[in-house]
Amino acid sequence: MRLTAEEQDMLDGKQGETVREAIAYQRQVGEFWGAERFVPITNAHMMGDIEVMGDGGLGFLRGACEKRAHCRIPITTNARCFDFAFAGKLGQDPSEAEKEKAIIRTLQDMNVITTDTCINYQTVYQPHLGEHVAWGDTGTVIYANSVFGARSNFEGGPAALAAAITGRTPEYGFHLDKHRKGTLVVRLEARLDDLADWGAVGKIVGEKHQNYYAVPVFASVKRTPLADELKHLGAALASYGSMAMFHMVGVTPEAPTLEVALGGNRPVDEIVITDADIERVYASYDLKDRSCNLVVFSGPQLSLIEFKLLAEKFAGRKVHPGTQVFVTTFSGVKNAADRLGYLKTIEDAGVTVLEGVCFYILQNLSEMRVKNGWTNMISNSAKIVNIIGAHRFNTILRRTQDCVDIACTGVIK
Amino acid sequence: MSEVLATLRVNRALGPVVEGEAVVSQEGFSPRYDLDRWSGVISKPGHKLEGTNIRDKICFFPTAKGGIAAGWAFFDIKHKGIAPKAFVFGVTNPVMVQGAVFAGITITEGWSEPPASCIRTGDWVRVDPARKVIEVLRRSS
Repeated sequence: MRLTAEEQDMLDGKQGETVREAIAYQRQVGEFWGAERFVPITNAHMMGDIEVMGDGGLGFLRGACEKRAHCRIPITTNARCFDFAFAGKLGQDPSEAEKEKAIIRTLQDMNVITTDTCINYQTVYQPHLGEHVAWGDTGTVIYANSVFGARSNFEGGPAALAAAITGRTPEYGFHLDKHRKGTLVVRLEARLDDLADWGAVGKIVGEKHQNYYAVPVFASVKRTPLADELKHLGAALASYGSMAMFHMVGVTPEAPTLEVALGGNRPVDEIVITDADIERVYASYDLKDRSCNLVVFSGPQLSLIEFKLLAEKFAGRKVHPGTQVFVTTFSGVKNAADRLGYLKTIEDAGVTVLEGVCFYILQNLSEMRVKNGWTNMISNSAKIVNIIGAHRFNTILRRTQDCVDIACTGVIK
Repeated sequence: MSEVLATLRVNRALGPVVEGEAVVSQEGFSPRYDLDRWSGVISKPGHKLEGTNIRDKICFFPTAKGGIAAGWAFFDIKHKGIAPKAFVFGVTNPVMVQGAVFAGITITEGWSEPPASCIRTGDWVRVDPARKVIEVLRRSS
């Protein structure tokens, strides 16, 4: 890689040991992907919680902090694995909770803004067209690339942190024009009335084209999709397909027409998605013992509008005895929902609202599953239905209203 | 030096030369979705390698699934002593590479032919990133 004079100084240790380590690491990753240079970034977003980092990761962070690692650009944190107010009720491990608190303190000492949200793009920072950032998780990246026209690769925790320490990232993948062009076409003929329907689209397309560099172009969209619908579509594409970008003709900024979105690429596939295809997704889930004692609205965290609409569906109803229902959201959304009365409505129905976390990364989740006798996990999020498998849940995707009805009746059809 | 029984070429590679027992998967991989990160066993119900322990193995996966988790998770499983020796991907994503480099686990992407055509689970193989080759040194009995 060609380095600027400043980058060479960094690599020579003239800006300190942690900067040297960070840029050396970034250069290795960049060279793997054939990057020719670094590109300056304005913002980073990192995953960093004890469930995924373990003691080794915490040790690394502490070591970096002792060496005075300091982030030079704004960097926020993704959802974590503890809402400390609920750790006891959920039976989470107190010693791991202390480690989580240590991670938060250590990151703050390194100038990290611990927002603990996976919907930073709805709540914290919205990069503009062409702006280079270094984000993770995958849902944030695909939203940044597709809806904002910003430029990011999937950046894992250590990579996003390194990017914030050096203020740059290797220029490969979605920082480059050539990878941002559509590679396949998807014609949307289905009605797509619910968030789960959009997630189902992501599942259909993502499963068929598991490739980071696959870029679907959605054409024939029947109406203007809402931000939360694009969020569920993107999260599912990223989850099932490991994809980092999509276009939607007439909707997203790099797709004024199908031809522009494809940028001269000949599509490798053309998919048509009808109502019948969406129904087939719902019909594909094995209901196992038909247990309905766990319903989850999470992955990604709920926006304030999602939260309000869900509160309206739960208003005046009660969660079925023996069933547990979880919502996860950003602390700012929960605060606003509290002020606006949505929180009371949803909690009065018997729903547990967690902040700063995502359900699938909760510490101790496998043990929680066993202890609570959870077999099935029912959700309106196609992403979480896919992602939680290692904890051995049987997962079932259903539309939002169906999820609420299942939660309140204890019956699944 | 052992006789080389078969050779697979890879497109991109990084990390030290390693040898180990091959695990050849027909399904992609994510440490978050598929792996019990406390035992090293593929635990996702229905995964084609469900029940397989990947500790010290040379793991061949056609694709990467997800996911941001690998950035820290590979370092974590290495720290716990349950990491594989190498990840060999058909196509991968940046986080798998970021995670493997951070953890010091050898990683490669792209192959000259599907591994199943010349490598079987249980074969003893060597991954040489500098030469961008994977060599079969011993067949499973």
